[in-house]
Amino acid sequence: MDVLGNYKSVISARSTDKDILKKSQDGGIITTLFAYALEEGIIDGAIVAGPSDEPWRPEPMVATTKAELLAAAGTRYTISPNLYLIKEVTRSYGFDRVGIVGTPCQIQATRKAQVYPIGLRDVDDKIALALGIFCMENLSYQALEAIVEDHCNQKMESVKKMDIGKGKFTVYTERGAVSQMPPKLIHKYVQPGCHVCLDYVANLADISSGSVGSPDGWSTVFVRSLKGNEVWEGALAAGLFETKPIDQVKPGLDLVKKLATEKITKNQKHVDERKTVGIRADGTPKGLRNPYESP
Amino acid sequence: MAEKITIGELHLSGCTGCLVTIADNYEGLFKLLDDYADLVYALTLVDTRHVPEMDVCLVEGSCCLNDELSIEELKEAREKSKVLVAYGACAAYGNITRFCRGGQWNQPGHEAFVPISEIVDVDLYLPSCPPCPQMVRNIAVMAYLLLKGNDEQKALATAYLTPLMQLAKRGDTACGCDLMYDVINQGLCMGCGTCAGTCPVRAVTMEYGKPNVNRDQCIKCGACYSQCPRSWFNFDVMNNYEGIINAIKGAMQ
Repeated sequence: MDVLGNYKSVISARSTDKDILKKSQDGGIITTLFAYALEEGIIDGAIVAGPSDEPWRPEPMVATTKAELLAAAGTRYTISPNLYLIKEVTRSYGFDRVGIVGTPCQIQATRKAQVYPIGLRDVDDKIALALGIFCMENLSYQALEAIVEDHCNQKMESVKKMDIGKGKFTVYTERGAVSQMPPKLIHKYVQPGCHVCLDYVANLADISSGSVGSPDGWSTVFVRSLKGNEVWEGALAAGLFETKPIDQVKPGLDLVKKLATEKITKNQKHVDERKTVGIRADGTPKGLRNPYESP
Repeated sequence: MAEKITIGELHLSGCTGCLVTIADNYEGLFKLLDDYADLVYALTLVDTRHVPEMDVCLVEGSCCLNDELSIEELKEAREKSKVLVAYGACAAYGNITRFCRGGQWNQPGHEAFVPISEIVDVDLYLPSCPPCPQMVRNIAVMAYLLLKGNDEQKALATAYLTPLMQLAKRGDTACGCDLMYDVINQGLCMGCGTCAGTCPVRAVTMEYGKPNVNRDQCIKCGACYSQCPRSWFNFDVMNNYEGIINAIKGAMQ
């Protein structure tokens, strides 16, 4: 399979909704799509990374209104276990059509839940829209805290926005300060589970999106499944996005492909190296578990 | 339509929740029975007293060592079935019967219960308490394709069922601790929350994005571990999720 996964179309886009653009990380694609899907009855609600009682720590929440979607908009560079709510949302909330947003690994979990519904009763046919976000790696909350507070010298609660791009991790504060650090310093804080991930652009999502490849304030959008295509076409027809052909924007698809290839190559190497981490008494290699080979 | 496969359910020391789960496919069960499988043996559902020959035998419940009949029937089922499935957590991992210590009405002497793989070879595990009706449906359709399908369908069914066969090779214990041992300790967890979302008794919570298991609450059903995307993930099957979901949907139409 191609490093960018299977997709029907790819385009550069930006929401036409000013409220969303004010709060969104880049082009506001996910928030706008969920708002549209809610409005159209394609979903009853969406599992998103909502706010919590700690600054910049996301907590999975079920959004049923545009206001709730807006409260969850923007990227937090730490873990939000969104699949935690996947069964709950069909029970306590009683939803028949569930939207979910996730990183590539979370979309993999969503698809495994659909194809192998071992312990998730009556969930498989209720996943109505799975939106994916590009992801290179993720951090534990404490790691993010160390990066923001120790490396960037900003308090978590004073931060207005965080961003990774143009070779820098950038923190913008409420009072206008901008702190930056090179992303290579982040490497040691990355949670180890990310090093075996072989997906950059959420290959298995209905639609996946991320800033890479598109100009500032815009997002690159991959439309992947039949369902994703239907929703995307509908949202376009409703005038919810302005778009540019991906081959006419800078830096374009080549950069997405480059980063995806880098991630997959690096992590495949890591997966392979796990086979020989240890050594047996007779000198032969003793390895760690490979989740892609067997349980 | 090729001829149907034969499926039976052998009931050992279980709560009948797994049997009810088969029926929880509702009209889907009729479709399965009409087109794909004949139910040849099952408590209350089929009027057959002795274990017959069958293609697939779903065994529900763990095996009570104090009950000779259980052991005999289990051995007989193994000899007479092509594919033996540990159907549900008790058969696969012992589940709550792991905590038995006798003294129960109306058989106080019954105190020793083991997962069926300690008595017979098991081909396939279907964990969770109970497993989902949709998974029973998927396995029934895949077993049909495996035994009666063309080469392409056989290949798909084999790929689909392989991880469940590997689970049967992995061992006869699984619980929340396995998330710690085989996923977190192994540097594989990325905090998706599937385990906590799956747990039927809410023994798993997420603390700062990673699972925390309440061991007093865990019933050892293996749902969290088998549903975890980092316990196993087969790209060849999952990358074709749209095709597989549509194929199963089509088969059930």
